[in-house]
Amino acid sequence: MPELGKYAVAVLSSYGISVALLTVLCALSVMRARRMRRDLAQIEGRVRRNG
Amino acid sequence: MASLWEYANPRKFIATSDRVLPWVGTMAVFCLVVGLVWGFFFTPEDYRQGASVKIIYLHVPAALMAINAWLMMLVASLVWIVRRHHVSALAARAAAPVGAVMTIIALATGALWGQPIWGTWWVWDPRLTSFLILLLFYLGYIALWAAIENDDTAADLTSVLCLVGSVFALLSRYAVLFWNQGLHQGASLSLDKKENVDNVFYLPLLVCIAGFVLLFVALVLLRTQTEIRARRMRALLARERMG
Repeated sequence: MPELGKYAVAVLSSYGISVALLTVLCALSVMRARRMRRDLAQIEGRVRRNG
Repeated sequence: MASLWEYANPRKFIATSDRVLPWVGTMAVFCLVVGLVWGFFFTPEDYRQGASVKIIYLHVPAALMAINAWLMMLVASLVWIVRRHHVSALAARAAAPVGAVMTIIALATGALWGQPIWGTWWVWDPRLTSFLILLLFYLGYIALWAAIENDDTAADLTSVLCLVGSVFALLSRYAVLFWNQGLHQGASLSLDKKENVDNVFYLPLLVCIAGFVLLFVALVLLRTQTEIRARRMRALLARERMG
């Protein structure tokens, strides 16, 4: 761990906030993509069955 | 070589982006991990700013992407206005939340960096203010898409909003140059060697920028696929209700 001295709070908070935001953004994007893919497949199947 | 307009076909876009996405995503994670670990653990302190300089590896790439995401949305919006390709309007919609998060990261890390170096979290400096306005434009853009039920009308109105917001995207990039006031320094990256940051900071910064760019591309491809599917789903449900 590098010696951050009096800047420790600023540097660690910057990394913490940024990594957290990017992780949440990626997770939400992937979850919504999976949900949409699944829902669309269901609806397309229903439409095909019902003509 | 296939024409760019072929990708305006949603099926073609999804098929191609499905092939590209795993590579872009993997490269994004690789560059981000290498760049951030290199910058955090293996770079020295700056002679004036001490260890706070390590914030540069997040702040600069996020700020770059905040501006360039809006410019990508501008191009996509212009394509929608001129050629009425749905994929371009949906790509602009997909990019907005990513750009908004980049803007929040740039503002948050800027405030955290500014407090120990400038002695204040915030100042109404031209660049900071134009970035805050850019964030408000991002939020307005996302809200406008969500508020309008008809996709084509939403695409039209958000495209106009995007054109207006582009003024602030450009201002946030160039405000420092033509307003000689405020605390924010000039560009950290420059072709002028005297102005550019030292190589010991520059190289890991370049890797971080590459990581942010690749992450943006990966997220926009994934989210555009999702928007295309959501649009198709709405169309199928509407057809079901009518028939």
